[in-house]
Amino acid sequence: MLYREVGQYKSNYAADMAVFPILQDRIGIAVILVIAYVVFPLIGNDFLLNTILIPFLIFSLAAIGLNLLTGYTGLLSLGTGAFMGVGAYACLKLTTIFPHVNILIWILASGFFSSAIGVLFGLPSLRIKGFYLAVATLAAQFFLEWCFIRIPWLYNYSVSGAIEVPLRTFMGIPMTGPTATSLTRYLAVLTIVVAMTWVASNIVHGRIGRMWMSVRDMDLAAELIGIRLFRTKLLAFAVSSFYCGVAGAMMVFLWYGGAEAEVFAIDQSFLILFMVIIGGLGTLIGSFFGSALIYILPIALRLIPANFGIPIRPAAAEQLTFVIVGALIIVFLVVEPNGLARLWQIGKQKLRVWPFPY
Amino acid sequence: MRLSYIALGLAVATAAPLAAASAQAAELYIPLFTYRTGPYAGSGIPFSNGMDDYFTMLNERDGGVGGVRINAEECETGYDTKKGVECYDSTKGKHPIITTPFSTGITLQLIPKAAVDKVPILSMAYGLSASADGDQFPWVFNPPDTYWDGASAFIRHAANVEGGFDKLKGKTIGLVHLDAPYGKEPIPLLEALAKDYGFTLKLYPVPGAQMQNQTSLWLDIRRDRPDWIYLQGWGAMNPTAIKEAAKIGFPMNRLVGNWWAGNDDDPRPAGAESKGYLSLDINAVGTNFPAIQDILKYVVDKGKSQVTSKDKVGENFYDRGVLNAALIVEAIRTAQRLSGKKEVTGEDVRRGLENLNITAARWKEIGLENFATPVKLSCADHNGHNLISVVQWDGTKWQKTPETLEPIKDKVLPLIQSAAESYAKANTGWPKRTEACDKSS
Repeated sequence: MLYREVGQYKSNYAADMAVFPILQDRIGIAVILVIAYVVFPLIGNDFLLNTILIPFLIFSLAAIGLNLLTGYTGLLSLGTGAFMGVGAYACLKLTTIFPHVNILIWILASGFFSSAIGVLFGLPSLRIKGFYLAVATLAAQFFLEWCFIRIPWLYNYSVSGAIEVPLRTFMGIPMTGPTATSLTRYLAVLTIVVAMTWVASNIVHGRIGRMWMSVRDMDLAAELIGIRLFRTKLLAFAVSSFYCGVAGAMMVFLWYGGAEAEVFAIDQSFLILFMVIIGGLGTLIGSFFGSALIYILPIALRLIPANFGIPIRPAAAEQLTFVIVGALIIVFLVVEPNGLARLWQIGKQKLRVWPFPY
Repeated sequence: MRLSYIALGLAVATAAPLAAASAQAAELYIPLFTYRTGPYAGSGIPFSNGMDDYFTMLNERDGGVGGVRINAEECETGYDTKKGVECYDSTKGKHPIITTPFSTGITLQLIPKAAVDKVPILSMAYGLSASADGDQFPWVFNPPDTYWDGASAFIRHAANVEGGFDKLKGKTIGLVHLDAPYGKEPIPLLEALAKDYGFTLKLYPVPGAQMQNQTSLWLDIRRDRPDWIYLQGWGAMNPTAIKEAAKIGFPMNRLVGNWWAGNDDDPRPAGAESKGYLSLDINAVGTNFPAIQDILKYVVDKGKSQVTSKDKVGENFYDRGVLNAALIVEAIRTAQRLSGKKEVTGEDVRRGLENLNITAARWKEIGLENFATPVKLSCADHNGHNLISVVQWDGTKWQKTPETLEPIKDKVLPLIQSAAESYAKANTGWPKRTEACDKSS
């Protein structure tokens, strides 16, 4: 009923090709942003902000990063966890060497280090494809993880071998470290994720995004119409790793506040890959859906027994959660193999023509 | 827009019960971080059962501690740092009086938060060794021993068997360790000792992903022929290491595990060949203690325990869970005495831990005579660096050996102090200790 585009005329090409062509979508985005920036900070407690929203946003950003590579360019990567780690360790080194520079700048700058490493390990992508490339990126995963454990310089020779996040302030307000409140960290994460999603949206809707998609759909044809595969693929690796690196730096500095190398293990790569696949390959909103389904759903399920007084032991609840999430993933993929983003799109399409089924 | 509804619903769903919880009757709320699922569940289950059952026993027998019931609520972490932090945040609203992370990774995350949220951390013989320094870490406690105490006790054991520290010269000592912060912890100490006593230290790291595939590593060990091996492993790594050691015919009585390599299920899979394997220990084994008999009587026989069979009670890690629970309870008792309140807070328990003094007589009073070494903490020393015992596997169960080992304190203490200082230095703005120190009582 409300979701109608009747009477919304487009008078120029730009308006017709806009990311959100329908007024209601734009209102929806505005409402979500208001909720994220105003309502959540007002009503949110530490649990909501620190355990649900901050990780959700960080995982979403990492999923966007992988989506740019796997979903848009069609290059399968299993090194996401390691690239996130590069971002985290780069950020630690940067803020150790230059402690007076704003930490938010370093979090963003650490993405460039991740980018460089990503490009290096993206080199084989020119010659190998599909599962073979996955194996090459797997090598990156293992090699980088080895570095995180074995090169003490990376973690400042700390005895525990873990990253220990120092206190950094922004205009007198603690941003990282134990005294930073979840609210400040949440707002920082939210701003970075919103800004970077906007940039990603512009990239994929523009010339670069089309180059990536044509490489994904058929690289031989793309080459024939004048797209240089080498540059395009490496650019995809660079941008993707940049996003993952920033997500990794945020993960350690704005969420965990300290981490062992184990955080960036292969499990992390798989987790992000699942988010991308379940959310929807080649969509940005799918990255958010996937991250919500894989990260928030288990937490919500775990809360159910405790909050409704169902007498079930935590360990049993944990096992049940695994079962339910697993089953749901299968259900979603059977219902819509193209992921949640596609379901969302179908839903919107149905709403537009409601109450008629066609 | 639909997404925002879900988020709002979630917000309401999480906020409501938290508000309700604070209005409950007098109780001592202790969140227990456990892992009964995941790859480390084998080590996690007996430990969790021991802790649970000791608290349940006190509630059933005495009605709690000092008349206030203990509400020990499990939170499943699966040994996953993410979930551990989630547990911490989700239980924070219920005013926990102590945190027991039961994972080195989770402990590292929570150390900076302890001082901010005013909830002390008890990481019993795990976590950050440097946190034994109470001046830098007023909110963190890791009695009765650090990993460095453990490694030095192992060297003392080797010296005892060889016939003196001077006999260690020229020997080769191997460290088979998990390639993670936990496993690498003893390296700086062993390196220092190797220099002092003139033995050669060889490192055999086992990557976490390769835990169950150590064949090539043990081939290296066969080539290097170390005289002693110290095993700092966890989870599935330990049974694999012991099996491989048996396969290459390494003498079992020269393979010594640290106390976390002392689960009953570590040597058991290797069968008769693991007979003679040694493990450092910080608690006694078996059920021959009045308090554990009470657990059997009030908890296990009444079906209130999660143990699958009665003979699991008294296993090494079960008893270690009891030890952890007993330390918490004694800290609460001390806190009740110091503050004069029955319903103590996290701040009181911190004082309680700092003034903790469990003498041998006190262990006897609570029905755990000779169960563990006397523990005395102070404002500066949050560990105690206590005597370490040794248990030996007889093919079916652990047997306590008469040996007790004193950590080589003059080597360990300076290392702890410098590590604590460098931690505080690396964390710019690490708060100076402001907590007053109680007069020792």
